This record gives sequence, C-alpha cells and structure tokens, in this order.
Amino acid sequence: MCGIFGVMDKRRQMMDGSGIREALSMMNERGSGEGAGYVAYGIYPDYRDCYALHVFFDNACENKAIVDATLEQWGSIECDEAIPTCDQLNLKVNCTPWRYFFKPDASLAPGSASPEKDVVTNLVMQINACANGAEIVSSGKNVGLFKASGWPEDVADYYRIQDYEGYIWLAHNRYATSNPELWERPDPFNLHDWSVVENGKTTTYGANRRYVESFGYNCSTGTDSEVIAYLIDLLTRKHGLDINLAIRALAPPYWDEIDRMPEAEQNLNRALRFAYGSATMNGPFTVVAANPDMMVGFTDRGKLRPMVVGECGDRLYIASEETAIRAMEPKVESITRPAAGEPVIGRVAP
Amino acid sequence: MAKQVTIDAKGVHYTPLNQQIRKAVEDGVDEIVVDNVLGQRFIGNGLRGNATIRVNGVAGGDLAMFMSGPTVIVSGNAEHAPGNTMDSGKVVIHGSAGDAVAHSMRGGKVFVRGDIGYRGGIHMKQYETQRPILVVGGSAQTFLGEYMAGGLLLVLGLDGAMKAREIGSGIHGGEIVIRGDVDEACLAAGAKKLPLTDEDRARIAPVIQEFAADFGLDAEPLVKADYTRIVPASARPFAGKYTWE
Repeated sequence: MCGIFGVMDKRRQMMDGSGIREALSMMNERGSGEGAGYVAYGIYPDYRDCYALHVFFDNACENKAIVDATLEQWGSIECDEAIPTCDQLNLKVNCTPWRYFFKPDASLAPGSASPEKDVVTNLVMQINACANGAEIVSSGKNVGLFKASGWPEDVADYYRIQDYEGYIWLAHNRYATSNPELWERPDPFNLHDWSVVENGKTTTYGANRRYVESFGYNCSTGTDSEVIAYLIDLLTRKHGLDINLAIRALAPPYWDEIDRMPEAEQNLNRALRFAYGSATMNGPFTVVAANPDMMVGFTDRGKLRPMVVGECGDRLYIASEETAIRAMEPKVESITRPAAGEPVIGRVAP
Repeated sequence: MAKQVTIDAKGVHYTPLNQQIRKAVEDGVDEIVVDNVLGQRFIGNGLRGNATIRVNGVAGGDLAMFMSGPTVIVSGNAEHAPGNTMDSGKVVIHGSAGDAVAHSMRGGKVFVRGDIGYRGGIHMKQYETQRPILVVGGSAQTFLGEYMAGGLLLVLGLDGAMKAREIGSGIHGGEIVIRGDVDEACLAAGAKKLPLTDEDRARIAPVIQEFAADFGLDAEPLVKADYTRIVPASARPFAGKYTWE
C-alpha cells in the first residue's frame, strides 16, 4: 500500500504545507501510522545558495561534533540550528532533527562537472555509512525534508509544515512492512537535487543496490526509495541522460513491446535495456520524484500500483488516489490515469 | 410512498458514514442520497435488500464489496475495485474507475460509463444462475479479464481505441466481448478469439440496452455493431506450468 502525493506549481507560486497535509491525510487508509514525510522545494530563500542539510541526531550533544568537524573539512557552515518542532501526543520522538546551511568547497572535487554536488554526495555517503548517530536525510539547495515515524497529521504538526512555503511538495504515507521505529526509514528520500516518494516495493532491490554502489553510492537504510533516488541522480547527473531516457532505463518496456516498435526506436530501447539491465526496477511500484526544475511520476510496467494525475491551471498533481488531489484542488480541471510506461513529466517554467 | 433520506458525507470518515447508510437500509429506506462523497471507502459493503444508494462525488475504494441486492449509482468517478466480490445488485458509475474493477465479482452488474484501469474483471466467476456482468462504456486497460473464471465482460469503446493488451491472461471461464476487432497480438496466452454468433448477440443485446438506458445512449447502433468475443482456449491454461500430471 502506501499513499503518495506530489504537487508542483509551474510558475513557482508558493504553497504552504497545510494543503499537502490535508491531501495526504485523505489516504490514511493506505498507511499504518508508522511513517510519513514531506519534502518541499523553495522553502529556504534566505539561504538559496547554500545546501540545506537536514540531519537526524540520535543525540545532539554527542553526535553533532562529528558532523560539524566533517562539514568544516569539506566547506563552510553558514548557519546551523535545531529544526523547529512542536511535540505531538502520538509521536514518540527518538532523535533530534537539525539543519545546516552549508557551502561546499568546490576545489575539493577537481575534474568534476558538478563539484559541489560531488562533495555533498560524498559527505552524505560518508556520514550515513558510519554508525555515528547522525543521518543526513536531505541535502539540496532551497529544499528540506521532514519525516518521522507516525501518522501524516502528527508528522506535519510536529514539523509545523504549514509554516513552510514551497513550489513543489512531495508527501508520503507509509504502510510499514519493516523497521517501524527508525525515523530515517520512511520516504521521502533525498540527495541534493532529487527527492523520491514511492508506493510499492521493488523486487530488484539487491541488483539495483549493487549497481549504484558500484558507482560509489552507499545505501545505508535498506530501503528501495533510497536506491531509486541514487539511481536517478546517477543516470541524470553523472551519465547525462535526460529524464525521459532515465525513466525508460529504470522502467523499460517489455521485450515484446520493443519488438513491435519502429526500427530506430527498437535500437534505442534495446541499447538502454542492455546498458541499464542492472538499474531496471521490477516489482510493484509508483514513484514520484522531483528536482528544483521538475516533478515526474512513473509506474512499474505491469501497473501493480495506482497513479492518478490532476491538472488545474499552473498546478500539476500526482497521487495514489483522486481524492487526495480533490482535497487540495476541489475544482481540478482534469483527472487522468496514465498507462504503465507513460511517464508524467511536469517542468517548472524557466 | 417511497422513503428517502439524504446524508451529508462532507468530512465524515467512512466508518460512521457506512453506519448511517446501513442504519437507513435497516429502517426500510428506499433511496439513500449521499452528498459530498470524497473518497470514503466501502460504501454499500455487504448490504442486502433492494434500496438505491446515490453517491454524489467520488466513491472510494471497494465500493459495493460483498453487496447483495441494492443499487448504487455514482455521479463521479470511483477508485479501485468497485464491485469487489459483489454477490448481486447493481453498480452504475457515471465517471471512470480505477484498477481491478469487479474484482472477483460473483453476481450482479457493474456498469461504468467512462474508462476502467488495469485488471478489469480480474477473477470474475460464475456458479449456476449467478453470472456477473461488467460493462465498460469507454476503454479498458491491460490485463483485462485476468484469471477470469466466469461471467460476461463487455467493453464498448465509445470514446476511442482500446488500450488493453494481455487480454484474458489466465482466463479459464466466462467471456470477454469487445466492440470492433481486437488484434491477435493483444490477446494473452490461453485466450482465443471467436466471431460473435447470432445467439451470442441475442444474449448480450438486453445488457447493451440496459446500459444504454442507464446512460441515455442510443442502444440500436450498439446492438448492431461488430464485436469480438474472447474465450478461454482451455479450462486449465496453466496446467503444465504449475502442476505435473
């Protein structure tokens, strides 16, 4: 199960988190109260040039010094503070959410086409791989991720997401099948630009994980959405695939569909399947992903999970259920259910 | 005189909402109008009798599951699996519906004016006089009639081409009738095409007429149209796959 929700405003008009909270709570039947999360783009305009690192400390006294020291080695901390929270009766707090606004030292990644992001990637992998009581859960510019083990409303109220304004929001309501206690386990997952929410479970987790780890990513949570976030970063940023091709590599057409395509298209699709066999995701899933410029949604090839798309003016919605969209946009102009293999791609106006 | 009640579902969770509907049926109400429905699940679940329930809005998942007798009319769309394991009665959906429509249905009728999602009619079944019917006005998606064991699945394709592939995957009973021709490549292994005989047409004509009447369509051209009938190639499509004789 799980319920996912994404909304994007093509003209970067801001939405506070209250509507997203309401939309996600429409799908509470799809969750089990053991995990929910939100991620928003555009929420830190005062620090738009810094990478916002959201970190869960097991204990802010003991664990923070290690992270401070590591960050100072790789760049400079412009500001850091506890993320404002408001205790909720039904939420058992087991870590301290903290945020850093961080400027990486680009000279430390010589020869890279995106040195700052390489530094941030390395930092996230290094800190999350160690059992040091600190877990970086999001690391993008002007983006922040808020998640915990609980029902969507409690998690939203704990982080006071109504106080944040973003032009893209993703949200996830978890139906836990393992490890309910850990706050870093539920979706969303983020690595600098890209954030991912997923409804489902990939059966290719092992193969996909080995594949991204062979490129230096380190999967520390054992969750498929973490691997998906790294796969998208690898294919789009490192390999330079456009998002259409990247999604096609992750959820390619079946061989018999490829056989029926015109020759040029056949060649492209065969090449993609050969090159990215280990990145291909199987099993039931719907994924909604975003970066600062776009929001995308796609499903597994057998369409074992729902995906509903709504459009209204400048707003694009992708959700597990139509009702979540209507909760936020009662007068939604179009509702569609795209076929498997038809990715939905919405771009923010330049 | 027919008894009618109106229930406002705005902001009401499905449990108290369904309790109210159930109470109304027990009180002998003939027509229950439920306004402002937004995704409440399980409406009409397990209800018996012959009341009519008018759902104004978008019905949530598993509409009319296990229902035996009543009629449910939805003004908007429905989420996943309306008619799930329904026993008898009727569901009329004026919009479209999600995946797994008429899942395991064992009797009664589900009419959808718009499109349905993937796996429509999955594992519909029949027994003696119990024979479920699913009619789709628009298009159906892939894995239509998956593991179908009985009943009638009729797709009229009123709004453009059918997108379904792998039709009748694992079908071992019942029939799928689709308006127009269906490419052989769209059939799953274990399903086969047959021409529609006059006898078949006479059997589906009353179903088409009832569907057309419910949605204000002209039945005549639909009754006369060309149809493709898809049936199981064998009663045990996977006999050699999962078992050894």
